[in-house]
Amino acid sequence: MITAFADPFDALLSLQRELEARFASDWLHDMTTSRGPFPPINVFQQGDDILALMELPGIDKNDLQIQAQANTIRISGRKRVDYSNGVSVHRRERVSGEFDRTLSLPVQVDPDRIKAQYRDGLLALFLPRAESDKPHSIKIK
Amino acid sequence: MATRQELQVQHKRELDKKEESTIPARAFLPTADIYETNDALNVVLEMPGVDKSSVDIHVEDGALKIEGRLDFSKYQGLQPLYTEYNVGNYSRSFRLSSKIDQNKIAAELKDGVLSLVLPKVEEAKPRTIQVK
Repeated sequence: MITAFADPFDALLSLQRELEARFASDWLHDMTTSRGPFPPINVFQQGDDILALMELPGIDKNDLQIQAQANTIRISGRKRVDYSNGVSVHRRERVSGEFDRTLSLPVQVDPDRIKAQYRDGLLALFLPRAESDKPHSIKIK
Repeated sequence: MATRQELQVQHKRELDKKEESTIPARAFLPTADIYETNDALNVVLEMPGVDKSSVDIHVEDGALKIEGRLDFSKYQGLQPLYTEYNVGNYSRSFRLSSKIDQNKIAAELKDGVLSLVLPKVEEAKPRTIQVK
């Protein structure tokens, strides 16, 4: 493995970030549970349904697995960064490796109607809320 | 080092601009890999969410400038519930050390990864010198 070229301030800053991440880890978080923090995720509400967006640039679709249960989604895969032989590397910032992340959603989703789309390095998961989980209005007789 | 190293999230660095833009959008530095072969300088940038038509590449006065714009209209009608990463345009410039043939720059954007091949001009290519 080639070591990244980083200036000392960068290294110090990333050390601080890692220490802070220990405190601010997902351990006791009420929203998402995870084995790893990668990929970063943004969750949006779209009407009744939920849209989750993840930044995953340069991933082969075959290297990406998505599994869904009632309210947990697991995203795992591998990110590759390839160099051809005999090149001299000036800058190396992109990361590569395996990732595995499980999300817990605060609502029940319909696993059969989940749609996933990977475009321009963004993974979009359309998570339709289960009918049983939607609020019902009750009429007073 | 362990072979199964878990991927860490890279925090986006915000661009320090010399001048302000007219629109109050934020710009971030795309993560970049730069490597050199005998014939060319290769620049690979990660710009998730940017499509082909929204990338600008300029080479001027020995500086390479890459800009990627995001289509914010896709985010309309979405209510954020939980966010972990910042969304914004991408911008980054590099000062080029070796002479580049500006007419032959090739760019390819695939899955949010922009690959640039900047071919060197003939006189900048390495030569082997024979010792007599």
